[in-house]
Amino acid sequence: MNVHDLDPVILSLITFTPLAGAILLLFLPRRDREIRWFSLGISLLAFVASLHLPVHFHRAEPGFQFELDKAWIPTPNIHYHLGVDGVSLWLAVLTTFLTPLCVLISWRSVNERVKEFFILLLVLETALIGVFVSLDLFLFYFFWEATLIPMALLIGMYGHGRKIYAAVKFFLYTMIASMFMLAAILWLYAKTGTFDFIALQRAAQAGQIPDFPSAAGWLFLGFFVAFAVKVPLFPFHTWLPDAHVEAPTAGSVLLAGVLLKMGTYGMLRFNLGLFPLQARANAGWISVLALIGIIYGALVAMIQPNLKKLIAYSSVSHLGFVVLGIFSFTAAGLSGATFVMLAHGVSTGGLFMLAGLLYERRHTYEIREYGGLATPMPVYSATFMVLMLASVGLPLLNGFIGEFLVLSGAFQSRPLFGILGATGVIWSACYLLWMYQRVFFGQVRNAVNAGLLDIDGRERTALWPTAVAALVMGVAPLLWLNSIEPSIHSMLVPFTQVASKVVGQ
Amino acid sequence: MTPNLHLWWIPLLPLIGAAINGLFGKKFSRPAVAGVALTFCGAAFAYASYIASRFSSLAIPYSETLAHWMRAGSFQVDFAFYLDQLSLVMLLVVTGVGFLIHIYSVGYMWEEGGFYRFFSYLNLFMFFMLMLVLGSNYLVMFIGWEGVGLASYLLIGFFFLRDSAAAAGKKAFIVNRIGDFGFLIALFLMIRHFGSLDFSPVFQSVAPMSAETGAAGLLTAIALLLMVGAAGKSAQIPLYVWLPDAMEGPTPVSALIHAATMVTAGVYMISRSHVIFERAPMALTVVAVIGTLTALFAATIGITQTDIKKVLAYSTISQLGYMFLACGVAAFSAAIFHLMTHAFFKGLLFLAAGSVIHAVGGEQDMRKMGGLRKKIPWTFWTMTIGTIAIAGIPPLAGFFSKDEILWRAYQASWVYWLIGLITAFLTSFYMFRLWFLTFTGEYRGSQDAQRHDADTPAAASVPHGGHSHGVHESPMVMIVPLVILAVLSFVGGWIGIPGSLGGKNQFDKFLAPVFHASTPALNSAHTMPGETAPPEQQTEGPEPQTSRTTELIFTGISVVAALLGLGLAWLLYSFQPELPQRIADTLNGLYTTVLNKYYVDDIYAAVLVNPLLAISTNVLWHGVDQNVIDATLNNSADGARQLSDSVRHMQSGNIRSYAGWVAAGAAAVICYMVWLGVRAQ
Repeated sequence: MNVHDLDPVILSLITFTPLAGAILLLFLPRRDREIRWFSLGISLLAFVASLHLPVHFHRAEPGFQFELDKAWIPTPNIHYHLGVDGVSLWLAVLTTFLTPLCVLISWRSVNERVKEFFILLLVLETALIGVFVSLDLFLFYFFWEATLIPMALLIGMYGHGRKIYAAVKFFLYTMIASMFMLAAILWLYAKTGTFDFIALQRAAQAGQIPDFPSAAGWLFLGFFVAFAVKVPLFPFHTWLPDAHVEAPTAGSVLLAGVLLKMGTYGMLRFNLGLFPLQARANAGWISVLALIGIIYGALVAMIQPNLKKLIAYSSVSHLGFVVLGIFSFTAAGLSGATFVMLAHGVSTGGLFMLAGLLYERRHTYEIREYGGLATPMPVYSATFMVLMLASVGLPLLNGFIGEFLVLSGAFQSRPLFGILGATGVIWSACYLLWMYQRVFFGQVRNAVNAGLLDIDGRERTALWPTAVAALVMGVAPLLWLNSIEPSIHSMLVPFTQVASKVVGQ
Repeated sequence: MTPNLHLWWIPLLPLIGAAINGLFGKKFSRPAVAGVALTFCGAAFAYASYIASRFSSLAIPYSETLAHWMRAGSFQVDFAFYLDQLSLVMLLVVTGVGFLIHIYSVGYMWEEGGFYRFFSYLNLFMFFMLMLVLGSNYLVMFIGWEGVGLASYLLIGFFFLRDSAAAAGKKAFIVNRIGDFGFLIALFLMIRHFGSLDFSPVFQSVAPMSAETGAAGLLTAIALLLMVGAAGKSAQIPLYVWLPDAMEGPTPVSALIHAATMVTAGVYMISRSHVIFERAPMALTVVAVIGTLTALFAATIGITQTDIKKVLAYSTISQLGYMFLACGVAAFSAAIFHLMTHAFFKGLLFLAAGSVIHAVGGEQDMRKMGGLRKKIPWTFWTMTIGTIAIAGIPPLAGFFSKDEILWRAYQASWVYWLIGLITAFLTSFYMFRLWFLTFTGEYRGSQDAQRHDADTPAAASVPHGGHSHGVHESPMVMIVPLVILAVLSFVGGWIGIPGSLGGKNQFDKFLAPVFHASTPALNSAHTMPGETAPPEQQTEGPEPQTSRTTELIFTGISVVAALLGLGLAWLLYSFQPELPQRIADTLNGLYTTVLNKYYVDDIYAAVLVNPLLAISTNVLWHGVDQNVIDATLNNSADGARQLSDSVRHMQSGNIRSYAGWVAAGAAAVICYMVWLGVRAQ
């Protein structure tokens, strides 16, 4: 059998392997140890299968690959249409990369309702991958909403503190925002009779959608609100710190690592893909919100007394870079934005795992409870240092590549935005280094911390892949950029056309 | 055709050393750790020397590309390396002085905890520093630029159990990042206007531009932004505040990073970008003014410091000011000349200071030293050479390089020269003050030189907790580097003896292809009087007799200034040792101000840091996030809750019931969608 025979079904395989695993788990006896190993196996299987994508992806080709388009429900006209380009490819791989690590990191910390936990985790994985590989808007929306349920349950059932408040806040916030997107999707369907992204894009570009010019502004906003809340863009961000603080570690990792990227991915795919004119018209204030997010998120992160909230606010700041890059409409900005999505997923995912390990040991995220941890936990501290530096954006680690490209792209389109965004390099150093100093340096002041155990083999296995990935992505970013670039270019075609049209008028 | 030199090996070798020690060093014995670190650092030095030996047979400038790094659209950056006369000088200084300091560190750090960690960081620093000087484009330079900042952060905070050390490391990194912000914006401007960050295309784009054309604003902006970066890395006003604090690091680190190499990166970067700076007269003026002010300002603080390393730290800032002054008057080769001699004598002075500190069991306060001349003769003699060299007394290295800068500064404006001269006097004064306080008179420390915290339980990471057996000379492994650096501090200036003193200034000639080849068509008409002088073709032909006489007079004046400084130091700290206190009492207000470093740190804290933290906490977090956004949401949620009181059975608090409701809600949504879809058809 030729490996390319797998091409049409590989996306379905990757997407539904975790779900199949979850269903099998339903019937397995409640033996926690076996359930953990089984979940690890399933998530690794999905990861290995997903490696088929980058290996056999044709890097030079801009369009969707590994496509599968089957009519699913005749009325309404819903297709089972999957496919990836250079952007969604890597987001899907990011999901399969992080999930096994989430399983490992939850090994000991989840002791009750273990079976339900891993079922939810695997269902969440399926939904997340589904979001990135769907090319049918109905299917996309289905997966989009499907991520909410397992995530809200993970927070509500396995979180701590005000977990119900956090779960409900998260759920309502994003659910309400998604309604606007649903309305936009339904409007498009009503006018065209199709949910197919490629067909819609073609029709929109050719001006074949009736009433499109007058409605496009509202449709753009409908999609945008749903995505902006998910990102989250200032001022829609307040659900994020609450959700993170109360979420279990694995929930935080997938929330920050992947779930937020659904929003920026949506902007890239739908806001830019379907509404280039409106995207350009609205780019100004959106970029301003992104800049506020970058600076505001960093400043609020700086004074957080809670380690996990600090990382959560830093995500607001980092995702601001992504939005800034997307709405610069430059090759550097879009490639950089995509790269930041991946880099942030890896490094912040790692940081949340690290925070979780500390919580397992001391049951608090308060920074003032710690201090001097470098002495009892040297390996932990060194790993934390690497991932922190990746987040700070040190060259040769992954954070730098994306931020540099985003900022140079933003600078090309509007110099002032590039300059304001670049202050982020100062802020990120401030909040992360200050935190690191307070947690790790100095003498151990709290006697409890003197006896803390350093990370063991399982924990290293969960953490080090993120650290290694941060390094590899920083040294050899072309492994990613080579396949991202052609897709970015095809996304930018309408913008160069728009620009020339505007000039022509 | 020039064969492939594989320059990339030079930075890579220390990186391998850093990785081996960093990953496995914990299990190694101390000799093994030292062996690994010295082997890889030494190999880099050997390879650099080999390239230097073949240098005349190479086609210069030479460049090579190892691999592509990143790309976006037509913009691409490679891991590419570049060799010309300028990078060769830097290469030899960095690997040579770096290797000597590695050797010295083996002795100095032998009894410290975290031995492997120290050498791993030190090798890592070498990697980044070599990337910085060998990079063929601004982004590879930026890798090194940020990387040396990281290594500096790690090494300043090496004794991380001390809060002051951890805070100093963080401060250094953040202040450097402020500079890097400027550097980054400069890079964005280059990308936007030149489409590249490679040296050759950028300089080729810049070369035809001149101050008259519309590009003047662009070039000035780029040059000023680069200067912001340089000011951060090289500790110039207003970003110098991190360097004195950086003395928290182990002394060899102060010698290598905070004196000899890293802090000179700004000078290197400006010299490398001379094509841009030469076409931005306004920016050059800014560089010269900042350099001059920094030189004077730091020297005045240096007078009052009592910590031997702090004196040297302020002295470093001051000497870097000289180099910036030289850059600012477009005397780039003079700047690099002083960079090199400074690397020798300041590296020497720090290492000797380290040897003194080592000898007296960790004491750094000069008021508790004195009379050490007989007890540590090797240290004494080498430090004496270093002191004479920095004071600018002929025929030692510092004399030639400093005199060259003062002469070139005078040609630009007598103001630069005068301030430079005053600084030279102050330099000589505070350095001999250090020398007299440390080595002459009576020993003022406690007899057994017991370190006050030698009995701390965590002595493993507190410097010099272990050895405190009276004043003693350092081991040979520390003395040999001192002697070699002393020799270099003595003779190192002789390769740049100017024509006025009967020399040929070979150093200037050697660098001429870098700095003169692309000199723009600047002539005095383009230069505002009293600002920047045109880079003259010093290398060609004998200078006019009058100019030579003038130059000799000025040389004489600066020697007199240095000797006056020496004399005053002798008067105050050897002949009449009770005088300084009386002077301090008389000038109470001024003295206190200078002693407290002009309160700059306090002003920064009060004006920038504290308000920022307060605003972030009270306005942004508690204000906007909690009282505006969340309050609005919760109020609307409360409204909704009252509305839904009738269906409050939902709010049972039972997770499973929540889950059920959530699932049911989602199902309802999907049904609704389907229904809408059907209706629409």
